Amino acid sequence: MSTPTPVIEGGPGDPVIGSPRSAPGHPDGAGARKAPWWRVAVSRSVPILAALAGIAVVWYAVSYLVLPEQQRFLLPPPHEAFGSALSNPQLMGPMLEALARSAGVAMVGLVCAVVLGIGYATVMSQSGWAERILYPYAVILQTIPILALVPLIGIWLGYAFTARVVVCIIIAVFPMISNTLFGLQSASPAAHDLLTLNKATRWQRLTKLQFPAAVPSIFTGLRNASGLAVIGVIVADFYFQQGAPGIGGLLRTYTLRLQMEALFTAIALTALFGVVVFSIFAALDKAVVGRWYGGHTR
Amino acid sequence: MTGTATPTARPTLALTGVTKRFPTGTVAVRGVSLALQPGDFVTVVGPSGCGKSTLLRLASGLESVTDGVIDVESAATSYVFQDPTLLEWRSALRNVELVGELRKVPGDERRRRAQEALDLVGLTGFEAQHPRRLSGGMRMRVSLARALVADPDLALFDEPFGALDEITRLQMQTELQKLFQLKRFAGLFITHSVSEAVYLSTRVLVMSGRPGRIVAEIPVPFEYPRPPDLRYEPEFAELTGQVSHALGEHS
Repeated sequence: MSTPTPVIEGGPGDPVIGSPRSAPGHPDGAGARKAPWWRVAVSRSVPILAALAGIAVVWYAVSYLVLPEQQRFLLPPPHEAFGSALSNPQLMGPMLEALARSAGVAMVGLVCAVVLGIGYATVMSQSGWAERILYPYAVILQTIPILALVPLIGIWLGYAFTARVVVCIIIAVFPMISNTLFGLQSASPAAHDLLTLNKATRWQRLTKLQFPAAVPSIFTGLRNASGLAVIGVIVADFYFQQGAPGIGGLLRTYTLRLQMEALFTAIALTALFGVVVFSIFAALDKAVVGRWYGGHTR
Repeated sequence: MTGTATPTARPTLALTGVTKRFPTGTVAVRGVSLALQPGDFVTVVGPSGCGKSTLLRLASGLESVTDGVIDVESAATSYVFQDPTLLEWRSALRNVELVGELRKVPGDERRRRAQEALDLVGLTGFEAQHPRRLSGGMRMRVSLARALVADPDLALFDEPFGALDEITRLQMQTELQKLFQLKRFAGLFITHSVSEAVYLSTRVLVMSGRPGRIVAEIPVPFEYPRPPDLRYEPEFAELTGQVSHALGEHS
């Protein structure tokens, strides 16, 4: 009782991961033997390239071996499909402009969906009543086929930027709502008790427990929402033809005009766009959530 | 070192005829009375599901009583959960700081006290580590540090060492008993281990099966600090025998 020195001799004696000196700031003991980045990049891209090569092989086979010559325009071989479009600035210029326009709409829609989704989920997390009242609307929004709503949105909001953003939001917002809500509710009952015992305010509970606990789920939601925002903008472009076209609008134009080379190039660009957006947010998810738990990846 | 309380002191925690009936109709505890003076370390043993944890939740105010009275004379009460209950996105130090943050203690003082508490439980050098990088025993130490950081008058323990392996568990018992000697809070400790109950406490209360009632009270006369080898002394064995016997009669 009289001695102010620590009472525990020998320090922590139970099994220890790392030592006090080396552990802080060193995420992994194996870090020193980590493969160089280029090797990681190669090993990750080989399967993707192999898959692309496989697709090309099948594509050529169908073009040259399956289709009779007079029907080859339905599936021109890759080098013709992309080659003629890529070498044609009159085609590629507007196509890339349209893609940029669509990307802008998708990002604005995604940001709105994130803000709205997190806000909606936060309100729901504050009481059982709010959740019971508000959750069904989120589910309804999710289950109505977007194509049923698109004409209505067009009538109300016109056929330009705003309407396209709204379609994006409607498609992308649900994973934000459901993942955020799941995350906000993921803290253990004991953790809630801990805050209750320390007389935490509602605001402290939200900011010090529920939100931090929800961060990994929010990033999962963001990853899913980003992919859906891309789909949303293509759908919106496809139906809202007035004003400057997005890439989805061009898809429709090329289809109507049977411009097969342009159509294939636009589809490939769209797919690439989706993959890039999804990869960016998947990488963001991984990076943030890894750091969140002190350098541990999931 | 038992019964150090002066007769004039009001008990830190007093339960009088406490009964808890849940809305489902289950009676978890019935007619429990107990008093903790400053310097008392009381352990409660009983069969699983006998309402031990409910007793602790009642004492902490997390649950309200159906009948009876609970008096708490404590400026700061802390609670140690079965699970360490650490916030995984916070370092060990920041986990201990949480209590001060919620009570709006200024940052410098908060950090200094959290550091002291971590030093006290032997985690010097592990301040920056996140819970995932700590072993089970170390996580429980952080949890103990968080309970001690507010300098509690009353400390409630809900089977905190139940999930630890035997070696770590014995070690944690030794250390908790030293911390108790140093800090002299009034402690109420729930466990289902008879030897843990006897080793830690000034007094063992035996609870019956549901609805939980206190059926025996066995004082433990050993001085603190208690050497780990106390567990192999004949007097110790005799006391654990008494507790086990009381448990056997009423479960």
